[in-house]
Amino acid sequence: MPQTLYDKLWDSHVVHVEEDGTALLYIDRHLVHEVTSAQAYEGLRAAGRKPWRVESVVATADHNTPTTNWEEGLAGVRDPFAKLQIETLDANIKHFGAKVYFPYLDKRQGIVHVIGPEQGATLPGMTVVCGDSHTSTHGAFACLAHGIGTSEVEHVLATQCLVTQKMKNMRINVDGPLARGVTAKDVVLAIIGRIGTAGGTGYAIEFAGSTIRSLSMEGRMTVCNMAIEAGARAGMVAVDEVTIEYLRGRKFAPSGALWDPAVAYWRTLKSDPGAKFDREVTLDAREIKPHVTWGTSPEMVVTVEDTVPDPDKEKDAQRREAMERALNYMGLAPRTPITHIAIDKVFIGSCTNSRIEDLRVAASVVKGRRVAKNVKLALVVPGSGLVKEQAEREGLDRVFREAGFEWREPGCSMCLGMNPDRLSAGERCASTSNRNFEGRQGPGGRTHLVSPAMAAAAAIEGHFVDIRRWT
Amino acid sequence: MEKFTVLNGVVAPLDRANVDTDQIIPKQYLASIKRTGFGEGLFAEWRKDPGFVLNQPRYKGATILLGRKNFGCGSSREHAPWALMDYGFRSVIAPSFADIFFNNSFKNGLLPVVLSEAEVDRLFHQCNAFPGFRLVIDLERQTVESTDGALSMRFEVEPFRKYCLLNGLDEIGLTLRHTDEIRAFEARRRSQYPWYF
Repeated sequence: MPQTLYDKLWDSHVVHVEEDGTALLYIDRHLVHEVTSAQAYEGLRAAGRKPWRVESVVATADHNTPTTNWEEGLAGVRDPFAKLQIETLDANIKHFGAKVYFPYLDKRQGIVHVIGPEQGATLPGMTVVCGDSHTSTHGAFACLAHGIGTSEVEHVLATQCLVTQKMKNMRINVDGPLARGVTAKDVVLAIIGRIGTAGGTGYAIEFAGSTIRSLSMEGRMTVCNMAIEAGARAGMVAVDEVTIEYLRGRKFAPSGALWDPAVAYWRTLKSDPGAKFDREVTLDAREIKPHVTWGTSPEMVVTVEDTVPDPDKEKDAQRREAMERALNYMGLAPRTPITHIAIDKVFIGSCTNSRIEDLRVAASVVKGRRVAKNVKLALVVPGSGLVKEQAEREGLDRVFREAGFEWREPGCSMCLGMNPDRLSAGERCASTSNRNFEGRQGPGGRTHLVSPAMAAAAAIEGHFVDIRRWT
Repeated sequence: MEKFTVLNGVVAPLDRANVDTDQIIPKQYLASIKRTGFGEGLFAEWRKDPGFVLNQPRYKGATILLGRKNFGCGSSREHAPWALMDYGFRSVIAPSFADIFFNNSFKNGLLPVVLSEAEVDRLFHQCNAFPGFRLVIDLERQTVESTDGALSMRFEVEPFRKYCLLNGLDEIGLTLRHTDEIRAFEARRRSQYPWYF
């Protein structure tokens, strides 16, 4: 019976199934950060339990950590509650243990979904969980990667298993070459624009097709990262030579005698010919243009050639109301050309787009130019200490600073308005992150999701521009 | 989770309907990294009034809370049962409960007991009339009785939930019944795919 990649990942991890289909799924990799782990560890303590398999845990502090003042040490964390969370994670890892821990201020610290893959801690064929919805990122490595809640974090710590039901199979095929200036971020925004923020609900999505194959691992991570924004808890890409080359030699990847057998197994991690999907969607990559979100949901997205939609053209009353509400919140008039929208701030970072390739692209756009006068603040936040080091070796930090960007320490930063990097009410931001909900980057903050190249170009021009025309 | 078998305790009467989770534990008490310590915030707003029932010395040490209909309505915060238990309660008796609160209570070993409006009325009378009024809740027999045997009532409880409470099994406890299977799976995986360990 031909199986999909998801079927194979599911079957290879089921420990036990109940009559109603609820399964215990074994977890290979448990990523932990400071915001969703405190009460899970507290629960373990209260019940007198220990983690089942400490070697599965890879931990870091990323959400609440500041991206400045690192030279002051812990005193640089001005928010006492953030400081408490960081210290609590320190204490919990010290007490309970981990395979590896990158605490705040460590050179290898970074966004949890950046550090896992770059360290080779995310391997094809693994189940990967974390108390964070963008865990889907790791699906780029043909993993079954899920976001989970704090009670589930505790459950996985104590039993090494997740209680879960099998999802349906969806395949999204993207075929054809991408035009110059069009990136993985635009591909996934186009997908969300097509199927909607609930289009993937109840499904595990496999991204396939020649376009997906043509993406680097970092590009595949960008696509899988936003699977959750289409409603799918898990997104994945099958193994190929690109996957294997990425992993070769990474710190926690198999080596020596284990490398060849691991690779042989990894090569089986793809859907069989004739495997059945419950839903299939196909996009032509040649039709994908640079995208910009205009509203308060990732599905409220258009291309840079378009105008802000007109609610009067929307027949469905509920959708029209939602559009009006979004336009009001975002302070946008219908039919405004996207390229006429001026911005106040720029954020290049987040688990979606903060890896070295993203920084290279952004740097090449801004090299030799200056941030526009109307842009109050332009931040570049590398996804990890290792990414930061690599970028500095390549001189990218100088390029950004000379252009008027602030070059920051790693962390989740302005993606979610929890640490000091936030938008003030009414501020408009070109952001390479993954969510544009009301108040996401700060109460009253107005988020436009774009690719790193588009964000960089907007920073220079002070408004959105078509990156395909950039010289 | 602590087992719940027989509870013999002082009853505190909270004579209000629709007690919501924002009253049970106001949101300023939610910014905590712990699952414990919420007892301080239990009915924090209402406790500001010296006349509030939980401030009366005769109800000190109460382990059973007597309530009215739709107890625990509002948000899904698991902090609500955590606060009640941290304060010292192990059971709440009411004619009806809100769904999420009802579920959250079982998950944390707090027994919600549903009795009829008439029975609950009677209990309020007894509790107000006799200082130090106690009840004995027997989960195995599914009974609520006064210590002199004068009052005896039966309550319904879903068999699986009863089993979990009687045995002190929380979700983790339930999964750990499969410990041998998990170990066997792990051993097989480790020998077949050692690079994952």
